Amino acid sequence: MSLLEFENVTLKFGGLTAVNDLSFEVEEGEVFAIVGPNGAGKSTVFNLISRFYDPYAGRIRFDGHDLLQVKPSGVAAYGVARTFQNIELFDHATVLDNLLVGRHRHRRTSLLSELFFTPSVKKQELQNRHVVEEIIDFLDLQPYRDKMIAGLPYGVRKVVEVARALATEPKLLLLDEPASGLSVEETTDMRWWIDDIRRQMGITVLMVEHDMGLVSGVSDRVLAMADGAKLALGTPAEVQSDPAVIEAYLGRAA
Amino acid sequence: MRIVFKTDYMQDIRPWKDGHQLSLYLILLALVVVAPWILNDFYLGELTNVLIWAIAGLGLMILTGHTGQASLGHAAFLAMGCYANVILLEQGVPFVLAFPLAGLITGIVGALVALPAMRLHGIYLAIFTMALSILVDDIIVLTEPWSGGVSGKYVGPVSLFGLEIDRWGTPWAFYWLVLGVTVAVTLGYINLLRSPMGRSFIAVRDSEVSAQAMGVDVARTKTMSFGLSCMVTGWAGALMGLYATVFNNETFTVIISIQLLMMIVIGGLGSIHGAFLGAVVIGFLPQFLSISKEYVGMVFGGSSVAIPGLEVGVFGLILIAFILFEPMGLYGRWLKIRTWFELFPFYRKDMFKRQKSYLKTERLR
Amino acid sequence: MDTLQLLISGLANGCVYGLIALGFVLIYKATEAVNFAQGDLMMLGAFIAIGLTNAEYMGLPFLPSVILSIGIMGVIGYLLDRFVIRLMFGQSQVAVVILTIALGFVIRFVAGLIWGHEPHALENPMAGGEVRLGDLVLGMEDVAVIVVTLLLTFGLFAFFARTKLGLAMQGASQNQLAAYYMGIPVKRVQGLVWALAGAVAAIAGILFAAKGSVDPSTGLLGIKAFAAAVIGGFGSLPGALVGGLIVGVMEPFAARYIAAGYSQIAPYALLVAMLIFRPSGIFSQTRVKKV
Repeated sequence: MSLLEFENVTLKFGGLTAVNDLSFEVEEGEVFAIVGPNGAGKSTVFNLISRFYDPYAGRIRFDGHDLLQVKPSGVAAYGVARTFQNIELFDHATVLDNLLVGRHRHRRTSLLSELFFTPSVKKQELQNRHVVEEIIDFLDLQPYRDKMIAGLPYGVRKVVEVARALATEPKLLLLDEPASGLSVEETTDMRWWIDDIRRQMGITVLMVEHDMGLVSGVSDRVLAMADGAKLALGTPAEVQSDPAVIEAYLGRAA
Repeated sequence: MRIVFKTDYMQDIRPWKDGHQLSLYLILLALVVVAPWILNDFYLGELTNVLIWAIAGLGLMILTGHTGQASLGHAAFLAMGCYANVILLEQGVPFVLAFPLAGLITGIVGALVALPAMRLHGIYLAIFTMALSILVDDIIVLTEPWSGGVSGKYVGPVSLFGLEIDRWGTPWAFYWLVLGVTVAVTLGYINLLRSPMGRSFIAVRDSEVSAQAMGVDVARTKTMSFGLSCMVTGWAGALMGLYATVFNNETFTVIISIQLLMMIVIGGLGSIHGAFLGAVVIGFLPQFLSISKEYVGMVFGGSSVAIPGLEVGVFGLILIAFILFEPMGLYGRWLKIRTWFELFPFYRKDMFKRQKSYLKTERLR
Repeated sequence: MDTLQLLISGLANGCVYGLIALGFVLIYKATEAVNFAQGDLMMLGAFIAIGLTNAEYMGLPFLPSVILSIGIMGVIGYLLDRFVIRLMFGQSQVAVVILTIALGFVIRFVAGLIWGHEPHALENPMAGGEVRLGDLVLGMEDVAVIVVTLLLTFGLFAFFARTKLGLAMQGASQNQLAAYYMGIPVKRVQGLVWALAGAVAAIAGILFAAKGSVDPSTGLLGIKAFAAAVIGGFGSLPGALVGGLIVGVMEPFAARYIAAGYSQIAPYALLVAMLIFRPSGIFSQTRVKKV
């Protein structure tokens, strides 16, 4: 059984078909990339998994659960974490607090015990902090630990968002354009991190990315999309040489 | 400049940074505890008033400052707490039970009110709560058999563990009661902010979509925030009732709601300090104005005429000045001054400067 | 016939609410901010007209002083934007809301200082005039209010839908930065909108003061205009007028047919119900944010 399964998923906005009869599976432990021109429906796939949209038809299963029965805030509890294309961090909180919000799905205490900060809350906080510190070490965020997000450079925010997603200890990590807007050095860092996330932490990664260097460098399989439908699916090399993909990117040869 | 070396996670988890800071707050606490021996009855009463406003401010701060939901209707919950407390007392419920219950009832009502308000954002929520606040006046008149309607209600001294608490007879006892509630609420607030629930409030304030993606149930979190906020505000209302001793349908007007919101903006949104600093401003402004009016009258020989609306007008001016020049409020100003001294002479002017943001439509939420 | 009379007086009141709501919507459309001081601007406009026209003050002839006061309020609106609101450029809606509430406080205080707290009526040539339609007797002022409001609403609607400047104003509200890149002078456009809102407030104030009387707390009427704007769906000009008319007509009928004590609740109850069940109003504009 695959970790994530899309089965004939269709999504329509009014008359526009954003995702058209899309099926694919993401296997446990792989890095799976989705590529395609702008407006191909890549981010929509993520938003479907996050349950921001209800599909018009089809099924989405994650780890044996029917994801369509889950409400948007329940998706994280099954072990799905994500980043956003345009960075959605908690701007007026510190990096540490942002990461600690990522621990929310592991909350075991009640409001009442938190108001009195009972020993069990304290124990949980120390545990949360322990996990978060390891992620901070992993992604080299130590200099920014107590800084407000609002004052951080773009590249750092991008990393903080990945860190916050990791803090939830997910089974599946969704990265929405992790390298967009990053410099060449930062993109290289991101590449090693994605590799390490898969190898060291054993987390399955599903990402949307335009940078073909990054995609072919880290991903095991690539799904190419155009106009909401599947164009090609295979190894990076296979997809890059697929005539349909070349046509979608470069246009029909004259 | 003091540098704190962190060697233990508890240094971030406990509420104070270091021993220095802790001792400052303990000294402050000691000072307010012994205030009845230092101040005369008039100023003790004023200080009590400031503390009550601070509790109300803390209540609204939970909702507006930390969850990002602006309410222009919190006077409704002040009224709710006040009436609940007094009606329970009249039914023969002892104060020690009536008071916590009043807050609890207000909190539950607040959470219920939040349910339909959940879908409302920004200004819509502000208008919704403002309408509620206006309706409360009429609701009090309509529920005359319980509320006393236009003729109002009177609340006498209450007794707590055999101690007679009378606003006029034993002002020190009333002061300590208010101080006790203030300290308890503040400690609860501090605990909230360092635990998951408080962080989820902040998450909802800053980005609802990503809060949701992190597993925070936005509707439930907002309801919780409303409930907690209204509970604390209800307690403040109950104390306001005891402080005023008489009140009717016109005591808790929409103007009070607006002043409460303005108070925490002046103090500094998103910080516990802000609620207290704002309360000091709103509590002492009338005194300050009357003293300065007398002074002007003395110097220029004019008679000290009463200027209607002066207080509210000056308050408005102060607020405009703050929003324009110090959006982070008094607490933000204090942080800047403190940093200036700590870093002297290396303070840079744009140290607290925020990145400029451009308005995008909020219609597309 | 009685019902018709109630209807007409309700319509006239509703037009004034509609005009204030129009002011909200203008500013909301162009800047995404809500001006909680719009009611107080209306009150100020009324007092300026009274100060110019009434015999006890300057005693100018009616028509020139009306035009003058509309002009003055336009300038005041522009200056408010130039020296206060513009400093808030790019800050959150709620911050602007609080700022304008404070502005309202200050305007009320200033008006009280200058004109006192007694109610004043505007001396005008329409006073006591009647229009007869069969058996129906209509106050001249009521007719004037209805006619002026209709003309103004559709004029503004055409302005936003047809003219380049109107479209620029809409563009500026939806994405300031993008509008700026497209060559729309966002700041100047915003100033113009505030001037326009000031002028509309003056017209509302003049009509209101000609029909009845104003005092500095009249501005609180703005709250009823909120109900109007919300019912119409913030952002729609004809919606604001329709909302105003609904609230205006509801009031006299509620007073007639619902028990005393409940009737004055009606507009606010409608507002609350509207926000709960259809927060985007009759003329909806809300969509879902894209991530």
